[in-house]
Amino acid sequence: MSQVAVEAPPKGGFSFDLCRRNGMLSKNGVPPPSYRKTGTTIVGLIFQDGVILGADTRATEGPIVCDKNCEKIHYMAPNIYCCGAGTAADTEAVTDMVSSQLQLHRYHTGRESRVVTALTLLKSHLFKYQGHVQAALVLGGVDANGPHLHTIYPHGSTDTLPFATMGSGSLAAMSVFESKYREGLTKEEGIKLVCEAICSGIFNDLGSGSNVDVCVITKGQKEYLRNHQLPNPRTYVSSKGFSFPKKTEVLLTRITPLKEMVEVIEGGDTMEE
Amino acid sequence: MTKQQANWSPYDNNGGSCVAIAGADYCVIAADTRMSSGYNILTREYSKICKLADKAVMASSGFQADVNALQKHLAARHLTYQHQHNKQMSCPAMAQLLSNTLYYKRFFPYYAFNVLGGLDSEGKGCVFTYDAVGSYERVGYSSQGSGSTLIMPFLDNQLKSPSPLLLPAQDAVTPLSESEAVDLVKTVFASATERDIYTGDKLEIVVLNAGGIHREYMELRKD
Repeated sequence: MSQVAVEAPPKGGFSFDLCRRNGMLSKNGVPPPSYRKTGTTIVGLIFQDGVILGADTRATEGPIVCDKNCEKIHYMAPNIYCCGAGTAADTEAVTDMVSSQLQLHRYHTGRESRVVTALTLLKSHLFKYQGHVQAALVLGGVDANGPHLHTIYPHGSTDTLPFATMGSGSLAAMSVFESKYREGLTKEEGIKLVCEAICSGIFNDLGSGSNVDVCVITKGQKEYLRNHQLPNPRTYVSSKGFSFPKKTEVLLTRITPLKEMVEVIEGGDTMEE
Repeated sequence: MTKQQANWSPYDNNGGSCVAIAGADYCVIAADTRMSSGYNILTREYSKICKLADKAVMASSGFQADVNALQKHLAARHLTYQHQHNKQMSCPAMAQLLSNTLYYKRFFPYYAFNVLGGLDSEGKGCVFTYDAVGSYERVGYSSQGSGSTLIMPFLDNQLKSPSPLLLPAQDAVTPLSESEAVDLVKTVFASATERDIYTGDKLEIVVLNAGGIHREYMELRKD
């Protein structure tokens, strides 16, 4: 896989970048920063009493794992949760923003939020930014019209589905869902299937890993099962431990006084009141 | 419009990490067994370690097709050497042969990041580290591959002799015992696996000492 810091091909149109600053930085050897993406597996499915969402917990910066246990299932409303894949900053910002808008809307209307409201707010925002906000979401919740599950793509299109997967591990997870999903699953069966799909992403996709988070939403109740499964313990811990006796070597000591030495004379002139 | 760039590359990176540590009378060579391409795993059980001669073992990460071609070439040259000189190649001799072979393809390189370990003619451990075009150096320990940026600083902290600016240069080999070196290698790979997505599945450890070759395996995280 080629290593590129910023993977956008040059497009036409006016560049709003800070060109002089970027030129100066790259001339001084500062590489352009890469995005922290959650190469991810996120899933959702509808079971007989509501919706179950699942996600892995690995966040990557290129080939390096930067967070081994991050939270990808975001709160939107007491009855609505949203899993996010793509650029971590984008998924956090967009879910926080819509969550606040939903709360204001609840105060305004005096009613519980509906999933389609969150859906419309998210898709309009993403479409307005023409795909530059790289957030791929799985939105699920239970409202007055029953359980709902939607996928939202970075350019703003949406699908309404009985089961859905997104992220780099979506193919691995979808293969599990397509084999084993059926309508009218019980809660235990649904949680087990979601865990299997996430584990498939965790073990077969290099962008996903660590633990399984699950969120079960039913009418009037939600259960957020953080780290529901931990299938990846550390394999080897040295029994004798390690010591770090070497301090930083001092190769050269040079003291350069920046100001003249000031001598303090005791009992000098007192200040006048 | 901007110039169209070539979008076919003859190379691919199959990932993985390799480490070698030289001791007073042994040498430890280790590599993980995961072979990947992009975000996919091709196999969890691929050996990156190849025995070139009785006392020279090479571990290579990078593009495994090029690594295989390189190993085949070196094996053929070693056979010729054995016919002509009636003995096995020593590790320093194999080290130079590898360097020359790599530089021969200076303008279409083998995408192979190698680390060669073995015993020299006095029976002391030796490790040679290479770049893709054959620049090599004899060192006391080295790591190459996707996890090398995570592994090398830790090995420097545990094994590096103090700076030659301060004290007279010390012997390159580590004073650790064989079991301590193997323990260090296991810890280093377990840690690299936590943070590097291309390293994992299983660790293959080869130990060369006066008694011969010994191979062992350890499970690593599979995610």
